[in-house]
Amino acid sequence: MDIFVQQVVSGLATGGIYGSLALALVMIYQATDVVNYAQGEMAMFSTYLAWTLINAGLPYWVAFAATLAIAFVGGLAIERVVIRPVENAPVLTIVIVCIGLLVILNSVAGWVYSYIQKPFPSPFPEKPIRIGNVFFGAHDLGALGVTLVVLLSLYVFFRYTTLGLAMRAAAQNPVSSRLCGIRVGWMLAVGWGLAALVGAVAGMMVAPVVFLDPNMMGGILIYAFASATLGGFTSPGGAVLGGLIVGVIENLVGTYVRFIGTELKLTVALAVILVVLIVKPSGLFGRAAVHRV
Amino acid sequence: MALLEVAGLEAQYGWTKVLHGLSFAVDVGGITTILGANGAGKTTTLRAVCGMVKTAGEVRFDGHRIAGRATEDIVRLGIAHVPEGRGTFMQLTVEENLRLGAYARASRGTLAGDLRRVFEYFPVLGDRQRQIAGSLSGGEQQMLAVARALMLRPRLLLLDEPSLGLAPLVVREIFRIVRTINREERVGVLLVEQNAAMALDLADHAYLLETGRVVMSGPAETLRKDDAIRRSYLGY
Ligand SMILES: Nc1ncnc2c1ncn2[C@@H]1O[C@H](COP(=O)(O)OP(=O)(O)OP(=O)(O)O)[C@@H](O)[C@H]1O
Ligand SMILES: [Mg+2]
Repeated sequence: MDIFVQQVVSGLATGGIYGSLALALVMIYQATDVVNYAQGEMAMFSTYLAWTLINAGLPYWVAFAATLAIAFVGGLAIERVVIRPVENAPVLTIVIVCIGLLVILNSVAGWVYSYIQKPFPSPFPEKPIRIGNVFFGAHDLGALGVTLVVLLSLYVFFRYTTLGLAMRAAAQNPVSSRLCGIRVGWMLAVGWGLAALVGAVAGMMVAPVVFLDPNMMGGILIYAFASATLGGFTSPGGAVLGGLIVGVIENLVGTYVRFIGTELKLTVALAVILVVLIVKPSGLFGRAAVHRV
Repeated sequence: MALLEVAGLEAQYGWTKVLHGLSFAVDVGGITTILGANGAGKTTTLRAVCGMVKTAGEVRFDGHRIAGRATEDIVRLGIAHVPEGRGTFMQLTVEENLRLGAYARASRGTLAGDLRRVFEYFPVLGDRQRQIAGSLSGGEQQMLAVARALMLRPRLLLLDEPSLGLAPLVVREIFRIVRTINREERVGVLLVEQNAAMALDLADHAYLLETGRVVMSGPAETLRKDDAIRRSYLGY
């Protein structure tokens, strides 16, 4: 039972990271119908920046906050400079631009920081935390807490602020939004900025576990895709929940199903998703796309 | 004095020109209607005024040139557009739709007061405040579109076939509200309508459009009495 609870909590911690990245994907997908394949590399790059700041002697949380700000501005700038020119191009063109971005960020990180793995600090104590009779990894609990705070802030932002409302409007109905005086282009840019910010949090929370290297987000992005698909690409909340579910399933399967172990757990997670999609193609929480005929 | 003054207005979609040099005006506190058959270019005219299509020619609002400016900036000057097809934000609530209508307004302070005001005009919307707009009936969505435009506290209201698909009673109600707003708040109105009888009743000036050209214009009174108009557009 103790092991079960431990594994669930640690599954939720990684799941929160998958969910954050999945949310970043969904935010951009809803606004622009584009899957940003570079989302993982943007997160990786932000994490390297955090590493640089921490190594320069900044306290962890100062570096953390600064990284969020830089990631936001960076994401915004990427939309304005790289995505905007191809905004009205066919989706395939934009996908290729995103993949180009992925390759560029990856190589620049490799060139600047080398491909050798680096340890990345956790802001949480190394000593496990005891709750009742069960010990939990402090980083697991902390990462889960940080993720939840970020997600909750985003929810409040989109739900209760005028800017958040304008961003939702711009994503849904750009023409009407313009008629309301909303600068749709800027709303998309802010969306990219926020997605980059969420990705940066995911990167900084996962780096102490997987270590820092230019390819660190590759596998995680696949889990994020799986989470977004599971939750439904049209539902931000669904993407987060999808991430938590994938994280927990992955951990439990790895722990309890002996022959699967760590090598096959990704396969199992993906198989579960496949089953969900066969039963409900729009994902657990997504709306089925309605096409006029 | 003219609130909106348009001269030699041309507009095109891609390579196809659909407006060939229109000239018309809306007086301060006036109501102008543009009539015309399907495809005459009425919707395009309204789009051209708020910079939603490629245009050439002169558009002056309150004496300032606005042709070529971005839609978002034109809206900020106080031009509210109730577009063809209503432009509802389907997945947002009625209240959120209305808040978006006030987005470009300089003073946000009086939001609650403005909500109350449009709910007085359209009590149905007040009852459905928290409902998702996509679940409203067609007529309710048309009311929402007008209400959303009013939230801007516009100086000029562009209305694209507000009567489309509505029951006669609802149409009369909407026209009555437009007249009230026009009289009490001196909001200029540019109305595009298929329902020529009601439009000519409401308007002081009228223009008849045929394939992107003005073929007749004058006081609404005069056009109402014109035989050709009577036969083709009023049906008696
Ligand atoms: N998006 C578009 N792309 C290309 N051509 C268009 C577009 N919208 C309208 N047109 C063309 O422009 C012309 C004028 O259209 P417009 O919509 O302004 O007519 P309308 O007077 O509003 O008609 P209705 O009464 O049917 O609404 C038509 O010939 C139409 O086919
Ligand atoms: Mg039309």
